[in-house]
Amino acid sequence: MTYNKLKRIDLIFHEDCECSQVLEKTFSKSNDEIINDILESGLKGRGGAGFPTGLKWKFTAEQPADERFVICNADEGEPGTFKDREILFRVPSKVFSGMAVCAKVIGAKTGYIYLRGEYRFLLPQLRKALDAFHRDIKDLLDFEILIQMGSGAYICGEESALFESMEGNRGEPRNKPPYPTVAGFKNKPTVINNVETLVYAFMICKHGPMAFRELGTADSRGSKVFSLSGDTPIPGIYELELGMSLDHFVEEFGDGDTKAVQVGGASGFCVPRKKFRETIIGFEGVPTGGSMKVFNSSRSMYNVLHNYLEFFEEESCGQCTPCRVGCQQLIKGIEAVKKGEKKGVYLDQLLKLSETMKLASKCGLGQSVANSFSSIVGNFREEMIY
Amino acid sequence: MPEVQELVKGLADKYGRKRENLLHILQGIVEQERYLSDVALTEVARELDMSAAQVYGTATFYTFLDTEPRGKYVIRICRTITCDMKGKNQIIQAIEDALKIKLGETTQNRKFTLLETNCMGWCHEGPAMLINDQAYTNMTVDKAIEIITDYVKNK
Repeated sequence: MTYNKLKRIDLIFHEDCECSQVLEKTFSKSNDEIINDILESGLKGRGGAGFPTGLKWKFTAEQPADERFVICNADEGEPGTFKDREILFRVPSKVFSGMAVCAKVIGAKTGYIYLRGEYRFLLPQLRKALDAFHRDIKDLLDFEILIQMGSGAYICGEESALFESMEGNRGEPRNKPPYPTVAGFKNKPTVINNVETLVYAFMICKHGPMAFRELGTADSRGSKVFSLSGDTPIPGIYELELGMSLDHFVEEFGDGDTKAVQVGGASGFCVPRKKFRETIIGFEGVPTGGSMKVFNSSRSMYNVLHNYLEFFEEESCGQCTPCRVGCQQLIKGIEAVKKGEKKGVYLDQLLKLSETMKLASKCGLGQSVANSFSSIVGNFREEMIY
Repeated sequence: MPEVQELVKGLADKYGRKRENLLHILQGIVEQERYLSDVALTEVARELDMSAAQVYGTATFYTFLDTEPRGKYVIRICRTITCDMKGKNQIIQAIEDALKIKLGETTQNRKFTLLETNCMGWCHEGPAMLINDQAYTNMTVDKAIEIITDYVKNK
């Protein structure tokens, strides 16, 4: 098993660069060259799903259409994730610049930032930064960025639900395919990237693909911004090289009594103490959109699971039955076991239900409830019963 | 209610009358009125030439587009795990006592509504609270009372 030592990186938040100079230099390259740089860097989406960014751009650019869009997904709703807010707060022009590079490559005239309603307080300063950015690039590129606000719906972070929301509809995910690269916003080819992904794409343009590729592991190139919370003396935002073992992470950030780490938020996986050493943080191990929640021995994992299930039950869009009914039944089920109304073996039936949700749900929300459910129930079974 | 009619018309003029402008308009109404009344929803439907059911269906999907009357200041306490671990229940209790309302209720003078909400992205500085758009973090019972008292007196 190979893993990297924990290494702090300072790329994303490093002093705000002269974005327009970097853009000018980048735009002197051909679109194919830029796409090849991004492909070569090995950058994968930082929102959680980890699709290769260069391919997304390439597919969208190649799709015949009269209009294409680039969308920055700032609907950061995964419990435990707050890095995008910090990025938009501290280095917004890097986000805009990443969008501009993408726009040039795919031929988009308009870009959108879909900002979650909870971050509305960022709006005045974002607008100001955006005005300055538009002035800076007006001679470089015919491109305009607009901001669209969300209104409190976790599911709108799912890309097709986000398009629905932007089109003025209920934020209900669409069937896939077609994927956004073929038919996204207004059914036009659309690149939709996470805030952090766009910044890394821009940093790759600035420093070259090799600087990024050198970091991380074969499956998880580069660094990543982590949002650390829970039972830790130093909660906050950390940019770390990918591919470290969870053991090292806990040593650095735990409070000395860490019992479990929830990697990837409510839709991620719960890793218990005994598996810290063998767990790699990255796409070859346990992937994360950035959320790292640390729990110490004083915490009841039943309460953690119950809280997550309540979250999913409320945020499920209700469109497909496995997710809508499944979430409700999982809550009822663990409550019944806890109260002693059902025997412990009933948990096995609930595990089967969560597997069914994984198979049968329409989108990532319903499919990923099983991640936290099976990893918490599987590792802390006695806490669910007693 | 001609006031709401004017507001809706103004927003429709500003954002446009297509379906894709619907959320902008609904958000604009909530910003002014704090909730979407039946009158406002029907007015939007008329202005955008779509069925009231479609407007209502869209509005009710989103947590921040309330269709029940809300106070001038909507207080939302984060209920997700980290804020829960860090004591959001005590904060709710303190605000309930200070405003003499229960969670989900609005004060009689229609100034405050107290709600819970899902993760607001402040897990490292929990418990967290929103009052309308403004975020407050690292809440303690004392801090909560101080902030609420300030709103009661000065806003």
